[in-house]
Amino acid sequence: MTLDNIKPGQSGVISSIGGQGLLRRRLLDMGLTPNTCVKVRKVAPMGDPIELSLRSYVLTIRKDEAAKIELKEVFDV
Amino acid sequence: MSVIALAGNQNSGKTTLYNKLTGSNQHVGNFPGVTIEKKEGQLKKHKDISIVDLPGIYSLSPYTMEEVVTRDFLLKKKPDLILNIVDATNIERNLYLTLQLMELSIPMVIALNMMDEVTASGNSIDVKKLSSHLGIPVVPISASKDEGIPELIDIVIRSIKENSSPKKHDFCFGEVHKAIHSISHLIADQAENAGYPPRFAATKLVEGDEPTFKSLEITENQKHIIEHVVKDMEEALETDREAALADMRYCYIEKICSESVVKKQETKEQQRSEKFDKILTHKYFGIPIFLGIMFFVFWMTFSVIGAPLQEFLEVVITAFTETISNALIRIGVSDWVYSLVINGIFVGVGSVLSFLPIIVVLFLFLSLLEDSGYMARVAFLMDKLLRKIGLSGRSFVPMLIGFGCSVPAIMATRTLASERDRKMTIVLTPFMSCSAKLPIYGMITVAFFPDNAALVMIGLYATGIVVAVLSGLLLKNTIFKGEPVPFVMELPAYRIPSRKSVLIHMWGKAKDFIQKAFTIIFLASIVIWFLQGFNWSFDMVEDSSKSMLAYIGSMVSPIFKPLGFNDWRASTALITGLTAKEAVVSTLSVLTGAVTDVQLSEVLFKIFTPLSAFAFLVFVLLYMPCVAAFAATKRELGSLRYAVLTALYQTVTAYAAGTLVYQIGSLFSGG
Repeated sequence: MTLDNIKPGQSGVISSIGGQGLLRRRLLDMGLTPNTCVKVRKVAPMGDPIELSLRSYVLTIRKDEAAKIELKEVFDV
Repeated sequence: MSVIALAGNQNSGKTTLYNKLTGSNQHVGNFPGVTIEKKEGQLKKHKDISIVDLPGIYSLSPYTMEEVVTRDFLLKKKPDLILNIVDATNIERNLYLTLQLMELSIPMVIALNMMDEVTASGNSIDVKKLSSHLGIPVVPISASKDEGIPELIDIVIRSIKENSSPKKHDFCFGEVHKAIHSISHLIADQAENAGYPPRFAATKLVEGDEPTFKSLEITENQKHIIEHVVKDMEEALETDREAALADMRYCYIEKICSESVVKKQETKEQQRSEKFDKILTHKYFGIPIFLGIMFFVFWMTFSVIGAPLQEFLEVVITAFTETISNALIRIGVSDWVYSLVINGIFVGVGSVLSFLPIIVVLFLFLSLLEDSGYMARVAFLMDKLLRKIGLSGRSFVPMLIGFGCSVPAIMATRTLASERDRKMTIVLTPFMSCSAKLPIYGMITVAFFPDNAALVMIGLYATGIVVAVLSGLLLKNTIFKGEPVPFVMELPAYRIPSRKSVLIHMWGKAKDFIQKAFTIIFLASIVIWFLQGFNWSFDMVEDSSKSMLAYIGSMVSPIFKPLGFNDWRASTALITGLTAKEAVVSTLSVLTGAVTDVQLSEVLFKIFTPLSAFAFLVFVLLYMPCVAAFAATKRELGSLRYAVLTALYQTVTAYAAGTLVYQIGSLFSGG
């Protein structure tokens, strides 16, 4: 399961971050590291990007980027 | 003279704290070689201490310009102290940068900002514990409410005197620890020679940071050993080097926070933001609300507040011009001096200066939107649209402002984080038809398309947008190829903008603009005046049709044959249009000697056919912007060469589009 596949309102626990270079590093720097819990809060009106909540702050990334984030657990909170 | 470097995440209240510490005594410049803003000021009441406001960053990775610039500054300039501002409501992610800054072995103080919000919502942070865990002083403050600032200044000054660097370096354990330590022994001497703190260098080498490999002149043999050590680490941890280090830092932060931070609930501001976002980024209402807000801003800027102020300023400028004019006549200066001062400098600089109220008002609204946190939401709403032409949502606002005036639009690209996006936005923005072109459209449509005026207007605006989109696609696949900066952006909590920040921002833009008016525009006005008022033997001419400008106009004129017009008056008007687009109208009136609109229409029919008139309009729409916008372009791109290339690109595009319109149109109308 990847982060772009879960619905707004659902949360997940990260297992790994794919991709490479700047993009991957940026995701890691922003706190999207393994075992972090992320909630998908919203999808933008035109269907992309998505709004996440993690580590007490709100982050927006595109679905392409979310597709590189692998989750190990998904729950509805 | 001691130097403090102010570093921290974006949205951590860095600018507010900076303004509190320095007052209005600051100046803005660029880092050498790049157009990233560098603000410098003196600490209030301490003239011997200066503060450098570094760009807001999240990490010290080697990928973005801002991060590289910050790193270079800290490593090469070796400030006496790093003042690290940390947002207490979002402490985990903020401390991530802190841990990296601590490796630099520079004395450090943490300003724990927004502590008022933390305590107001029943959460708490044990500042003493946090400070002892990190081994550096931590001062709780609220920059916006002016709390804790005197204490912060005291501790900063004391720390500069004590000059003790952070002692704690060991956030790591297990495999990462092993790797960093064995590498730091290996490269200790080289790090010292390169001026790198050994611990920082070792961490960066483990991370695979290219610039560090280069600066330390790591030999092939050493590289081999390093890669071997890293590979062992990666295999043991079952992850790669970059993830291992990020994970290590966040694990350490989680450990510190579990012992010093008590968080029962989200802060009131965070809860409030979530509620606001329910409406402001709503699936159906989000975009209409945004368009409504922009409409309101435009309406206020260009008609309600800006226009009367502009008229007022014009009256003042005219009165001032008259006073000077009378004075010049009284002292009896020669004709050409009088003409230079009044017709050249005053008319030229004055016409540009009259834009000042619009710029100031527009930037008032823009900084309100930016500081409140709404601009980040605009990027969120509009990203998908702009992504198609290789930009991100952040570019939307500058482009929208372009419909008002290219000058503030180009200046507004400063808010874009990525250099690539910024340059591309600067190139594309002038294709958005600015309001100064309206009088030209008006003049031509009245004469040629009185029945379809609205259609022609809409057609022109749409042409501008289409050309921008096509240009975007072209640029994306040619000059601005390469990896676009990923759209990974924080949506900060909504906050009430501080009056001081807004005012300082506004004043900064106004100063910028005034400076420009008196330098490049001053010179350009003199040049145009000279060309328009003199003939080739440098005698002053009464009739501007005998001037050098008219001669150049007639030389240039045949170039426009493919666009369907070949008249020296039209081409001269296009040249004077470079001072300000409105000048196209005034020049055509002057050169044709038409007094009334009816007369002008009659003459225009001798110059253009309806089709070539439309081609003329398309050219006017797209060709290089006025000198004020050109000067802004030069400043923001940081290079005259690129500004000239940009202008050239725009003019060539305009020429091609105009030709296309005329040639294809001719096929249908039979010439």
